[in-house]
Amino acid sequence: MTATMRPSPSACPACAAAPAAEALAASALPRAQIALSLPTIHCSACISKIERALNADNRVNSARVNLTLKRASIDAAPDVTAEEMRALVEGLGYEAHELDQGTLNATANDRAGRDLLMRLAVAGFASMNVMLLSVSVWSGAEDATRDMFHWISAAITLPAIAFSGVPFFRNAWTALRNGRLNMDVPIVLAIVLAIFTSLWETMLSGHHAYFDAAMALTFFLLAGRYLDHRTRAIARSAAQELTALEVPRATRLLDGAEEVVNVAQLAVGDHILVRPGGRMPVDGEIVQGTSEIDRSLLTGETLPVFAGVGQAVSAGEVNLTGPLTIRATAVGAETSLHRMADLVAIAESGRSRYTSLADSAAKLYAPGVHILAGLSFMGWYLYTWDVRTALNIAAAVLIITCPCALGLAVPAVTTAASGRLFRRGMLIKHETALERLAQVDTVVFDKTGTLTTGAPQATNLETLPRPVVELALALAQGSSHPLAQSITRTARAAGIVAADLTDLTEVPGYGTKARYQNQEVRLGRASWTGAQGLSETATFLRIGEEPPVAITFADALRPGAAEAVQGLMDQGKRVILMSGDTTPAVEALATRLGIPQWMAEALPADKAARVAALTAEGAHVLMVGDGLNDTAALAGAHVSISPATALDAARVASDIVLLGNDLSPIAAACVTAQSATRRIRENFQIATIYNIIAVPLAVAGLCSPLIAALAMSLSSITVSLNALRLR
Amino acid sequence: MNILTYLIPISLILGGVGLVAFVYTVRSNQYDDPEGDARRILSNDWDDRPKP
Repeated sequence: MTATMRPSPSACPACAAAPAAEALAASALPRAQIALSLPTIHCSACISKIERALNADNRVNSARVNLTLKRASIDAAPDVTAEEMRALVEGLGYEAHELDQGTLNATANDRAGRDLLMRLAVAGFASMNVMLLSVSVWSGAEDATRDMFHWISAAITLPAIAFSGVPFFRNAWTALRNGRLNMDVPIVLAIVLAIFTSLWETMLSGHHAYFDAAMALTFFLLAGRYLDHRTRAIARSAAQELTALEVPRATRLLDGAEEVVNVAQLAVGDHILVRPGGRMPVDGEIVQGTSEIDRSLLTGETLPVFAGVGQAVSAGEVNLTGPLTIRATAVGAETSLHRMADLVAIAESGRSRYTSLADSAAKLYAPGVHILAGLSFMGWYLYTWDVRTALNIAAAVLIITCPCALGLAVPAVTTAASGRLFRRGMLIKHETALERLAQVDTVVFDKTGTLTTGAPQATNLETLPRPVVELALALAQGSSHPLAQSITRTARAAGIVAADLTDLTEVPGYGTKARYQNQEVRLGRASWTGAQGLSETATFLRIGEEPPVAITFADALRPGAAEAVQGLMDQGKRVILMSGDTTPAVEALATRLGIPQWMAEALPADKAARVAALTAEGAHVLMVGDGLNDTAALAGAHVSISPATALDAARVASDIVLLGNDLSPIAAACVTAQSATRRIRENFQIATIYNIIAVPLAVAGLCSPLIAALAMSLSSITVSLNALRLR
Repeated sequence: MNILTYLIPISLILGGVGLVAFVYTVRSNQYDDPEGDARRILSNDWDDRPKP
C-alpha cells in the first residue's frame, strides 16, 4: 500500500492519484474480520486448498488458516458476511462454523503466557551460564580464578533474577500484605538470602557461593508456573471457542422491515421476529403468531408448550412451529437467563472453601521451613558467635528445602492429566477440578439433554396399522416440529410411503391438517384432535370422525449414557437422577438405566437444595447437567460436568465440559482423576524424602553448593518423570 | 589461564545470541501455529516467491 502512495514520475497525475486515493479509502474503511472454526481440517493440502479458495475471492484481503487451533481468520472488505465465507468453505467439502469475533479477541494475544515464557528463557540462559562457571569452581578453581568466576556469576545472576523473579516477588508481596503465607514467601526469602550471602562471601573471597542454586531454583519454578499457565490457557481458549460458536444475532422488525442485529443492541420494546427453530434472544411477550415452544433447557420438561398472543416467553426457549413476533420486556442482564446468575453466585460461595493439595502442602510447609532456618541460624550463631557462618548455613537450609519439586509436583501432573482427558473429549476448566473429581462418591444426573438427547423417538409406530402410519407420514413430513420430524424419520426408515393428501396446511401451535378421501385428517395436540391427553409425550392422529389414534414418543438416550451410569455404579458410587420433567418420564428412564434413586418435577431451587443436602450429609457430589435449571446445582456441587450442547450459562457454571456427544468418558475420567491425585501425593512424598536426606546435612553445615544443586535438580527431574507415568 | 579472558566472553555472547534468537521467535508469533507451520513447509505453494 505504501508503494502506491509514492509520487509517481508519470505525466498523468490522475493515474498516480487514483491508486493513492483507493489505498487511502481502503485503509480508512473498517475491514471485516471474520473467524471460522474448521473442525475437520488435518493436513497441509487442507490448508492450501482453503487458503487458495478464500484468497481467490477478490473481496478478501488476506486469509490464514491455523491448523493448531483449527481456525481460519479472514480479513475482508466490510460488505463480506461470515455466512458467505462459511458457504465458500463448506463448498470445498469442509465443515465450517462462524465464530463470534468479540468473544475470540480475548484469546488472540496471550500476554501473560508470553511474558512468562520470556522470563523462563532469561532464567534458562542465566542458569546455564552460571552453572558452567560453578562446575569449574567445584572441580577446583582457586583463589583469584574462583573469585573472578563468582563475580561473573553475580553479574549474570543479579539482573537475571531481577527480571525473571518478578512473578514470585509480586505474589509474595501480595500474600504478605494480606498477612498470609503462601508458597512464594519461602521461595523469595530463599532467593534473596542466597544472593545476599553469596555476594557477601564473594566480597570476602569465600569458598561457597549459591548463585547457581538461586538461578536454577528460579528456572525450575518458572517452568512449573509456565506449564500450569499453558494448561489453563488451552482450557480457556477451548471454552471460549465453544461460546464463540453461538453468534448472538436477532432479527429486529423496524416499521415492517427486517434487520439482523447483535443481541446486545436490542432494547426493551423492540419487536423481534423469531423463526421456527430459533432461540428467544430476550424475555418478551408474544404480539403476533401462534406456535409451540420447547422449554426443556430452562425447565427440563420435554413436552412442547403452546404459545399464543399475549403469552410471556423467556430467553433461551426454542420456537418450534410458526414464526413469532415478540416484544422485548427485558434485555441483556435483566433476562431470566441472567437472573439465574444470582442463584449461581450464592451456590458458588460454598465451593470456594475447597483448598487445593498444593495450598494445604504450602500451609504445612512454609512456617516449618522458616522455623527450621531460623533455628539453625540461632544455633550456629550461639555456637560460633559468627554472623557470617550462621547466615551461610541458614541460606543453605532455605535453598535445600526450597519447594522446587513442590512447585513442579502439581502442574506437571495436572498438565499430563488434562492433556489425556482433552484427547478423550473432556475439557478441564478449573484448576482444582481434577482433585475434586477424585473425591467424588455421589453422582447426580440431569435427564433432558444430559442422559437423553432431548430429541424424541416415536415408540409405537410399528404397532399401528399401515394406512395410519402412511397418513401420519404424509401429514408430518412437511413440518419442522421435532415430533413430526421424528415420525418422518422413523416411518421413512421402515420403508413407508406417504399417502396422497390434498389441502395440506400447518396450523402453528396446534398441528397439521389435510383432506384425505373427502375426510379431514388432523395430526397434532390432544385438545385440537379431540383426544384425552396422555401422561407420556404423544401426538394424535384423527381421521374424519373416528376416535383419535395416539403416537407416543420416548426420549432417545445419549450415546454412552448407559455405559457412564454402569461404570460409575461399578466404581461403587451412588447415582441419582434429578429432573424437572414429569414423574412417569423420569421413572421410565431410571428403570431403563437401572438408577435406584430419582427425583421428578424438581424446580431449579429444589435441585440446588438437594445437592446442598447431600453435601451436608458429607457426600462429595458430581453434578452432570446441561440446562438453565441445573446451573445452580452445577455451581453448588463439589464438581460439575456439562456437555458442549449445554446453554452457555450452564457451561460457565461447570468445571468440566464434555466436548463430544458421548457420555462414556465420565467414568474413566474419575479413574484418571484419582490416579492423578495419587501421583501428586507421591510427588510431595518424593520431595519430602529429598528434604529429609539433605536438610540434616545443611543444618550440620556440611552442605556445599554442589550438594544443593544435585538435590534440587534430581528432585525436580524425579517429580517430572513420575508425573509422566500417569495413564 | 589467560585463555579465560577470551573464552568466558565468547561463551556468554553465544548464549546471548541464542537468547536473542528465542526472544525474536516469540515476538514474531512463530509459536502460534506449530502444527500448521510444520506442514506448510512441505507444500509447494510459495516455493517460487514469498507469500505477499
